[in-house]
Amino acid sequence: MTALLAPVSMEKGLTLRAFLRKGGGVLGLVMLSFIVSIAVFAPWIAPYDPYEIVEATTSDVLAPPSAAHLLGQDDTGKDVLSSVIYGARISLIVGFSAALIVVVVGTIVGMVSGYAGGWVDMVLMRITDAILVVPTLPLMLVIITVAGRGITNIILVIGFLSWTYAARVVRSQVLSVKERQFVMRARAIGVGHLRIMTVHILPQVIPVIFAEGILDISYAILSEATLSFLGLGDPTLISWGSILNRAFLRGAVTRGAWWFLIPPGLALAWVTLSLNFIGNALQELINPRLQTHHLFDERKIVVMNGFLGGAAAAAPTPQPLASDMGEGR
Amino acid sequence: MQRLDYFIRKAAFSILTALGVLIFNFLLFRIIPGDPVSMIVSPRMRPETRERIRHQYGLDKPIWFDSGAVRETGSLLAGFDSQFFLYFRNLAQGNLGESFRQHRPVAELMGNRLGPTVVLILVGELTGIILGIILGLLAAWKRKTAIDTVATTIGLAAWALPPFWFGILLLILARGKLPMGGFITPGAIYSNPFEQLQDMASHVILPATTLAVLLFGSYMLIVRNSSLEVMAEDYILTAKAKGLSSARILRDHVLKNASLPLVTIIAMDLGIALAGTIQIETIFSWPGLGRLMFDSIAQRDYPVLQGVFLLLAVGVIGANFLADLTYVALDPRVKA
Repeated sequence: MTALLAPVSMEKGLTLRAFLRKGGGVLGLVMLSFIVSIAVFAPWIAPYDPYEIVEATTSDVLAPPSAAHLLGQDDTGKDVLSSVIYGARISLIVGFSAALIVVVVGTIVGMVSGYAGGWVDMVLMRITDAILVVPTLPLMLVIITVAGRGITNIILVIGFLSWTYAARVVRSQVLSVKERQFVMRARAIGVGHLRIMTVHILPQVIPVIFAEGILDISYAILSEATLSFLGLGDPTLISWGSILNRAFLRGAVTRGAWWFLIPPGLALAWVTLSLNFIGNALQELINPRLQTHHLFDERKIVVMNGFLGGAAAAAPTPQPLASDMGEGR
Repeated sequence: MQRLDYFIRKAAFSILTALGVLIFNFLLFRIIPGDPVSMIVSPRMRPETRERIRHQYGLDKPIWFDSGAVRETGSLLAGFDSQFFLYFRNLAQGNLGESFRQHRPVAELMGNRLGPTVVLILVGELTGIILGIILGLLAAWKRKTAIDTVATTIGLAAWALPPFWFGILLLILARGKLPMGGFITPGAIYSNPFEQLQDMASHVILPATTLAVLLFGSYMLIVRNSSLEVMAEDYILTAKAKGLSSARILRDHVLKNASLPLVTIIAMDLGIALAGTIQIETIFSWPGLGRLMFDSIAQRDYPVLQGVFLLLAVGVIGANFLADLTYVALDPRVKA
């Protein structure tokens, strides 16, 4: 039973060389490096500073692409290309920071829940299910409206509402590792709980949570973009979502200003796809169970696993709520 | 007895979660920094007027328990005249407060907007489900061929597209050919019901498509995966040996068993569908609850925001509960 559920062996495959052999993963890494470099080198790459006030004439408003402005100008005459370049910074910062919160909280909750078992497990999983059930975007909207707009609030809200999948994934992994020989032996010679969790179980959890964390970054970036688009982003910062918010509210659609509307969305899709490719390649590597089943093409199933963000990893066959089915499986 | 036990557990969970949401809702808007009535109270008003408005909204009462009133009247019941219990009493009567901006009951405002949202979600979900089933079955049946790869890639790519951007994309592409937004053409007069239907259809097609595209990816992949599992079963081999046509096998045997996990995923994705609906209604000026939420945020109309959030949250909780019941009802193998 546990053999079926043993996703990870550190000894096996999570090496850089194994990763490089996965075409999808490499492509994703290249795409991501491209965007990260743009964000890091923004002041040198961007032709203009989008935070600067410009003097514009009416011909500058929503002007189509030209030699001076490769992606045209926005509703205030600012260069769109520079805004998109600088927007990468905010999106990536929020994405990574929120994902960090998700990973930390998810790991703690998942490990405590999986290791302790019993009523601790039940209570934690019920809380997790409750958070999962409440619709996320309305909840985020309501909290940010009350707490106020600002990048810190956005990171906190996204992070603390998105850790539930990660906790499930970690818990599932802990449950299977807990029954393995080396843990049993450590318990037998009297090793303390905390030490077992940190020294023995945690290393087996890290690859799983790492792969899940990559997908959480893309989810966080999309969440920030959605919040900004709906007008709850940080008013002092430019992000891809806020660019689209301005574009939409200032009539770019009716004016047909595609240069204002398409690039930020393309950038978002680019980042999301790159992170998904990387995440899927990682999940392929750490989940040998999927690779041995001869009836499935592993890449497609891994795509589905990555797609469902670890929910499938935590529940091999879809069930109403994992917490009902008892532990282990 | 197992079924009853399951039902009670699920019901208790749903009720507790809903209660948690109600209490959360209550607390949230009472910790706003500053005076909540400052929206409708001008600093130039006399203090008496301000106090009167606060009294009107019940904001001058103690929050949890009115011990002062108990002492005065000597009756314990009087202590329950606090904001907390007033909140629940109002809820039970369907009173969700009054909009700060429009000075009409929130429940009335929401009632007007409920219809369009339901229409949008129904059409969008149905389209997404049908699309997902067709493509999922196709991909599973033609596993490892080009069709399979293309379908799965499209499904994955669709999820990476933020719905608000995809909707804008559709608007740009359809400019001049389809209406830019709204539920029906304003001020239109129809010569027959068919024309009205046509008008409504032309308005709903873009928003529903956006929603369907958002959803079909995960539906397709789950149908594909569970179809593959089902197709490995012996009874499918038997059906093929009996000489049944592929279409017949797919429809009668594979689909029926593969659609069970789909029910779970539909319920799980309700939050995503709702998030998409809020964005879609904003972009297409669709007069629904999502747009109401967006407007109330922009106008700082807290009672409306509270009311819509409550309805959406409790609605999703209820829908999940129904989905859990449906799943158990459909699959006798599930050990509840």
